[in-house]
Amino acid sequence: MSKIMGLSGNEAVAHAMRQINPDVAAVYPITPQTELMHQFAEFHSDGLVDTELVLVESEHSAMSATVGAAAAGARAMTATSANGLALMWEIVYIASSLRLPIVMPVVNRALSGPINIHCDHSDTMGARDSGWIQIFSENGQEAYDNAVMAVKISENKTILLPTMVTLDGFILSHTLERVEILEDNEVKKFIGEYHPETSLLDVDKPSTYGALDLQDYYFEHKRQQFEAMGNVLPVIEQVSKEYGKLSGRDYGLIEKYRVDDAERVIILMGSSVGTAKDTVDDLRNAGEKVGLIKIRVYRPFPYNALREALKHVKALAVLDRAISFGTFGGPVFTDVRAMLFGNGVSLPMMNYIYGLGGRDIDKAQIRLAFDSLKDVVKTGKVKKEVNFLGLRD
Amino acid sequence: MSEKSWKEVPIGGLIVEPGNSKNYKTGSWRSFKPVWYEDRCIQCLACWNSCPEPSIFVVEGKVTGIDYDFCKGCGICAEVCPEKAHAIEMEPEF
Repeated sequence: MSKIMGLSGNEAVAHAMRQINPDVAAVYPITPQTELMHQFAEFHSDGLVDTELVLVESEHSAMSATVGAAAAGARAMTATSANGLALMWEIVYIASSLRLPIVMPVVNRALSGPINIHCDHSDTMGARDSGWIQIFSENGQEAYDNAVMAVKISENKTILLPTMVTLDGFILSHTLERVEILEDNEVKKFIGEYHPETSLLDVDKPSTYGALDLQDYYFEHKRQQFEAMGNVLPVIEQVSKEYGKLSGRDYGLIEKYRVDDAERVIILMGSSVGTAKDTVDDLRNAGEKVGLIKIRVYRPFPYNALREALKHVKALAVLDRAISFGTFGGPVFTDVRAMLFGNGVSLPMMNYIYGLGGRDIDKAQIRLAFDSLKDVVKTGKVKKEVNFLGLRD
Repeated sequence: MSEKSWKEVPIGGLIVEPGNSKNYKTGSWRSFKPVWYEDRCIQCLACWNSCPEPSIFVVEGKVTGIDYDFCKGCGICAEVCPEKAHAIEMEPEF
């Protein structure tokens, strides 16, 4: 039986953490994540969790403490945002290469500079090659659900990789929503106990973590990470199904919204999806054949699911809440293009960069993206590939 | 040690057999090798005492040779060998 509560995104994820009851959590504040760990620390003070809370002096230390705890065999978590993630950088890569199934909520915020505390995806986009699984959330409910599922995904024996569960800063993290949370024992049963095969504290089976790995084996270990990433998508689908049975919410890798007979489609991630769904409804009511695809799992990138969903589409716009300087468009656009090119789907595509530094996106902007695709459907050609939404020209 | 494929080695670069560094022969790192001349050796054991590896074979208190499987050719043994004895000389490996 689930319980319905009014929670901000941060509080929803803190409740997920309370129910996960990790052995260790490293805590360090950064806007807009601060409230998440603040809430979790309250649960800790109220004696609702058995977690050992490690109050560290920086995010570099937060990730280091989490890696140390995970290597010692603990179920370990931490959370961060933007510049905090940037400061964690070298340990972020170490977590994935040591194959530690850490789950870390990241509250998406623009990476400085100029300094800004509001939402875009530039922080986690930088970590897209770090060997972490990345799952994006549309709302507080999904952030809660993703955090619970992430534990089971990361700890799967064929994976053993860390996961970032992202939620949009302020838009989700600080906005009150209706959130259904599972019973504590349901979550406990769903994620099960964590028994790593190797750990630093297993004195009967001693092991070394983080030994020097040179020309002779480093390459082999990178190949193993590549293999593990390749195992992730089917496991996410499986875990999602199991979670669906428990909660009634089965998410999968992508969400298709009115796509089946759509000619014009947009792809996007995170909280803007809600606004975009409203826009799709408006346009559908006016008789326009439009739809949207929400990418939930960004790493690993759900190639097959997307390719399949786009087969009948005539024109596509990818909306990126991050900018990638010196490449061809935003990161999601670049991935989608690469996925389609040479794979039998020839589709004219536009890229819209939007919402940087928390710039609001509204239905009018999304409508503009859909409108601009009309001409693309007619001519089959894209005049200008990379464009900006909501920018003062 | 024969080299294994990515399917055979423990994940994450973990070492799960304690003490297995003895299987990892580091002698190939060497570009100069120490050559020990028994006839000039005065058995002072300065080389044995200073070798960081340790790669000086000693049997019943006497130097008997050098362990080339692990000697990295740092040259400390040749350096500490008393000048008058000059029992260890560094020679190019290649």
